[in-house]
Order: sequence, then C-alpha cells, then structure tokens
Amino acid sequence: MAGELYRRPIMFAVVATVVILIGTIVTMFFPMFTEGMHPRLENLKPYTALQLAGKDIYMREGCNNCHTQTVRPLRTEVMRYGEYSKAGEFAFDRPFLWGSKRTGPDLARIGGKYPDAWHYKHFENPQAFFAQSNMPKYGWLQSGKLDPAAMEAHMKVNGFPYTQEEMADLPSKTELDALVAYMQVIGTGVKKAVPVTVAAMAEEKNPLAGDPNAHERGEKVYEKECEACHGDDGRGGIGPRLTDDIWLNKEGDISDGRIYEIIANGTANGMPPYAGQLDKDKIWSLVSYIRHEQHKTK
Amino acid sequence: MNDYQYDHQTVKGFIVSSIFWGVVGILIGLWISVQMWKPEFNVPPFFTFGRLRVVHTNSLAFGLGIGAIFGISYYIAMRLTKRPLVFPKLARFHLYLFNAAIALAALSLFAGMNQTLEYAELEWPLDIGVVILWVIFAVNIFGTIIKRKDEQMYISLWYIIATVIAVAVLYIVNNLAVPASLTKSYSLFAGVNSANVQWWYGHNAVGFVFTTPILAMFYYFLPKSTGLPIYSHRLSIIAFWSLVFAYLWTGAHHLVYTPLPDWIQTLAIVFTLFLIAPSWGSVINGYYTVGTDWNKMQTHYLTKFFILGITFYGLQTVQGPTQAIRVVSQLIHYTDWVPGHVHMGTMGWVTMTTAASIYYIIPKIYGTEIYSIKAANVHFWLVLIGQLMFSITMWITGIQQGALWKATNADGSLKYTFMEGLVKNYPFWQLRTVAGVIFTVGMLFFIYNISMTIRKGKALAASRA
Repeated sequence: MAGELYRRPIMFAVVATVVILIGTIVTMFFPMFTEGMHPRLENLKPYTALQLAGKDIYMREGCNNCHTQTVRPLRTEVMRYGEYSKAGEFAFDRPFLWGSKRTGPDLARIGGKYPDAWHYKHFENPQAFFAQSNMPKYGWLQSGKLDPAAMEAHMKVNGFPYTQEEMADLPSKTELDALVAYMQVIGTGVKKAVPVTVAAMAEEKNPLAGDPNAHERGEKVYEKECEACHGDDGRGGIGPRLTDDIWLNKEGDISDGRIYEIIANGTANGMPPYAGQLDKDKIWSLVSYIRHEQHKTK
Repeated sequence: MNDYQYDHQTVKGFIVSSIFWGVVGILIGLWISVQMWKPEFNVPPFFTFGRLRVVHTNSLAFGLGIGAIFGISYYIAMRLTKRPLVFPKLARFHLYLFNAAIALAALSLFAGMNQTLEYAELEWPLDIGVVILWVIFAVNIFGTIIKRKDEQMYISLWYIIATVIAVAVLYIVNNLAVPASLTKSYSLFAGVNSANVQWWYGHNAVGFVFTTPILAMFYYFLPKSTGLPIYSHRLSIIAFWSLVFAYLWTGAHHLVYTPLPDWIQTLAIVFTLFLIAPSWGSVINGYYTVGTDWNKMQTHYLTKFFILGITFYGLQTVQGPTQAIRVVSQLIHYTDWVPGHVHMGTMGWVTMTTAASIYYIIPKIYGTEIYSIKAANVHFWLVLIGQLMFSITMWITGIQQGALWKATNADGSLKYTFMEGLVKNYPFWQLRTVAGVIFTVGMLFFIYNISMTIRKGKALAASRA
C-alpha cells in the first residue's frame, strides 16, 4: 500500500508538503499569532529619520556580518556589554539585526556608552583606538549625503512619525552623522543599570600607594585603554585633560577612591565603565599613574 | 535522440555556469579571509568585508550550489524518468535567466542592496527573479516526472521533489517585505518574530539546498559510478521521511540564549538532536553500499569523493546537534567555530559530492572518459587537506574566543578585553587563508580536468561527424 506512494508523484508531493509544513506551522507560523512574538517595551521610541537613515547604512554596509546586537543572559556577557537583551527592544527593527558572528564586539548596549566624538574618530580610524583592530575605516561615509525624499518613503513604510523640519534638516547631515545617531540610540529602550556606588569608596586609599612600580604598570594599561580619548600623558582629547585644575584638586578634593569609582562605573557624560573589563589591581594602578602624571605637571 | 542531446547542453550549461560562479565565490572568500587579519584589504565603498562576505555566500550558495543543483537535478530527472525534459526550451531559458539573476545579484550586493537576512540578502526585485527561476524548475521537474516512462520513482527523485517544495515555501515567506523603493524594502516581520522566521529559513536553506539535493546526487551517482546497489531501500525510506519532517522544527537552535521565547528554543534543540538519526541513516546506507567492496576506494577514483563526502556529512550532522545544546552553544556561538562548522559541510560534503557527480556526468555526455584520473586524485587530496585545515583552525580559535570571553579573574572581573581576545585570533585567521589557498588550488585541478574533458569530448564529436 505504502509502496503506491512512490509510483504516484502528485500524491507523493502532497504528502511531502504536509510533512514539511507540520514543523513550520508549530514553530514559525503559529507563534506569529501569539503576543509573545510581538513584545514592545513601554519606553521604546520609533527611530527618527536620522536614526533610521543610520540603520539603513548599517544594513547597507553589512555591519551585522561582524557585530551582534543581542546580549545573552550570561554573567560574563552582561559584565562585558551591559544588561542582557529584552524581547521588547526590537519592535521597530524590520528585520531584527541580532547578527550571528562577533568578529567585533556586540553592539546591543553601544547607545550612550561613548560620546559622539568617540564614534566619529573611531569610524574614521579604528586603529587609532585599538592599534590591532581589524575593523575597516568608514570615514568615507562623511561624503555621503542623505536624501530626504527617500527617507520620507522609508519612514512611511515603517510607520514612524516624523516632522517636515526633521526632513528639511537631513540634507545638512552626512551618512556618518546618521550612522553615529543610530549607534547612540541602539539599546536605549532599556534603562541603563545604575552602577552600585560604594559610599565608602571615596574614603578608600589606594592600596598601591606605596608601590614604586605601580604607575608604570598603570601607564601600560593607560596606553591600551585610555590614551585614545584622554591623550598622551593625560593631556586630553575626546575625554577631559587629566592634569588640569579640576584634576589637580584645585577646585575641591578628588580622592583616589573617587577616581577609582569613575573608572569602574563610568560617568553620565560619556566615560564608559571599566569595572567589567579591568580587575581591581589594574584600576588602582591607573589611579597611581594618573597621580604620577599630575605630580609631574604640578 | 536529438532531444537528449539538446537537454544535455542545458545540463552542461548549468554545470559550467555553476563552476564559473564557484570561482568568483571562492576568490572572494580568499579575499575576505585576508581582510580578517589585514584591514588594509578593505576597499570602500564596494569591497569592504561587510559587502564582500554576502557576495561570497550568495555566489557560492546560489551560483555554485543552486546552479549545480538545477543542472544535475535535470540530468538525474531525465535518467530516472527515461525521457527528455518536458520543456527543453524552457530549461534553456532557465539557464540564461539563472546567469542573469546571479550576475545582477552580485552587482546589487556590491552596491550594498542588502536585506540583512542571512542567505536571503537579495532585495525584492531579485527575489521575484529567484521565485520565477524556481517556478520554471518546478514546472520542468514535476512535468518530467509526471510524464515519466519508468513507473517507480527512485530515492533521488523524492529528495528533488522535497527540495522543490520546501525551498519555495521557505524563500517566499522569509523574503516577504514592503518595498520603499526599487532597491530598498523593509521586512514584513519585526523584532523577535523576524528572528524566528529568518532562522526557520536560514537553517532550512541549509537543509534543502545543502542537504536534500546533494543527497539526491549521492543516492544516484554513488550506485551508478560504482555499480554497487544501494544497501537498504527501507533505510532510505525511513531516513527520507524523518529528515524532511524533523528539519523544519530546528531553526531556533540559531537563537539559543536570545530573547526568543524559550519553548521555541527548546523544541528546536530537541528536534536537532533527533536529526542525527535520519542523517546517519543516509551515512550508514552509503557506507554499507560501498562496504560490499571496499576495494573500490582504491580502484575507482570517484568512490573516495562520495565516501569522504558522506563522512563529512556524518560529522557535520553530529557536530551541528552538539552545537545546539545550550551548554555548548554558550561557548561557541558567535565565534569562529561556526564558520569552521559550515565550511566542513560546504567544502567537504557539498563540494566533494557535487564535483564527483560532475566528474561522472561530463564524460557521460560526450561518451568519453575523464581527461585525467591523476589530476582528479590531486584535486581530491588538496581539497581534503584544505578543508580539514580550514575547519580545524577555526574550531580551535572558536573555542579559544569563547573561553577568553568567559574568563574571569579571582575577583570576578573579566580577564581579557575584547581586543586582547581578538588579537589571539590572528595566527589562526592567517592559517585559514593558507587553507583556503590549498583548497582553491585543488579546485583549479578540478576545473582544468573538466575543461580538458569537454575539449576532448568536442574533438571526439567532431571526428564522429
């Protein structure tokens, strides 16, 4: 009886179709009609025209081939990148941009992590920040113009609200502006976890204070992690100068513990947190190095 | 007799075209492998990694893979139905349209028209082109099978029928989008849901492009070229139905630990583990078929292509399910382990089986012998070494990446920054380029051998006329 099937191609095709569709219906088609597949965080905002233009460029350049946009709920991953990804964060992404390969770091929490200036400098020359980075340069996006008519069509298809002023503003922006605007909004639907501030930290003394080599070790860490923003010997750049009056305690005391805290937890003004990436000894050695440099300029 | 001759020209046309697109894809593959360790090899705007990688995957999956599948499926269908294709002129048009579509696809991807759905990057006008190509293929395959001269349908035809149906459903659904212009569209699906649809597609594209049609070739050409009958017909029935049933449940194993609902992930993992059984059904069938006379490995040059091919299929289908398990996934997901895994399937199983099928078909079409068995043997060893070196280096570096990302200090902080981890990949990425060069040289032996066989065949045909 069953042998009949292999002599009747149409019946065979019908049976094969049914067999193929069962898994399709259960795992793909049916879930589509459940609420769980269409979550949306309350404070998630639709993209602005400039941000959407940036997302279009992200897609055009195939950034998803090297960068993921989903933080898994694994301890070390949350430490490295930030809060793990929530289902309701991606409601305005058609399609999703989670990616499948991390040749470069995950970008799910890149929004607000660095100041705009960091992104411009990094896109222009990633190797200026990380000498051994394999990321291509994207400074050429600066000569790319945005087309308001096209962007209006894109906004409409996505159903995002926009104003005419917003559109009129687009020709004054470059493709790189758009990409940076997109970078800064990624993952901001989820509130940043407020770092736990240890009240006693400000009182804490540097345990390496008596170590004559600590500042040299700190310098090595500084060159790798800090110099791109804070400049040679702390002379400043994207980040503030570390040897100015404020930092020389002329406008009130900045204790060792406070410096430690800033490095560990970052600031709201664009200093990213390093607690997840540098252990205590490295951070304290940085404090020693900063003190050493300040001492030189005094 | 004339009709047969005509159809074979189309088969040959597809084979030659697929080899051409294969060369394009492999060379771009070498290029991007260098970009991984030498960013100066990025030439914006058209030749950065982000754009070239999709040209690499598309020209190999669609140009080499689908091109060879069209041609070889036509060949198999004609032989197994004992008649020419029902619409030979349509098949010829199919060939021209295929090449036009792949050329436009490559150009559009260089230009950055990219839907960012993996293996479904092409924008909507080209998607329509692909659907038309597929409809033509389906009409010719089904028409020829319905009008067949041999009542019983052999295993290979089952796999071809399943391929035609599944790819149609997968491709159309995943590419549903709202156009904003001729070159830009937005997916009909958003967020978590789009991720689920995409990986239902992405994984099954592997299942119904890199598995079922290749199994159709394996089941046809292994017995044909060795003269040994398939070991168990019953086993092939069980393997077929359980494979096409289970495959469609497994896509979400690409989304383990993402915000996709847990039950879909878990269901996918379970079915992925089950898939070992039907996959190994075909592996066992292959081994036992040749098992009646292992001497064939030495005496008949094509046997080792098929046996190593099915061996890599077997390894692939154990490694894949292993990767789906959560505890393994959290270590190797997003690392270079994954390209290592994929390339064992494509460079090992798919390319070896397809090349062996072409070695069988081309001389058959011209009624001659292969130009050089020695060159075919050199081809075999070079692609084997190249592929093993590629996969093994990527597995090592993938485990290393995963481990460095997870490593912590005594105080619980992370031990390595992202850059400190990345730098450790460089020696492995460089070795991978070397592996790619070895593989490419192997493929050049193949191309040389095939073109010399065609030349020999043409000379023979001329002398007969």
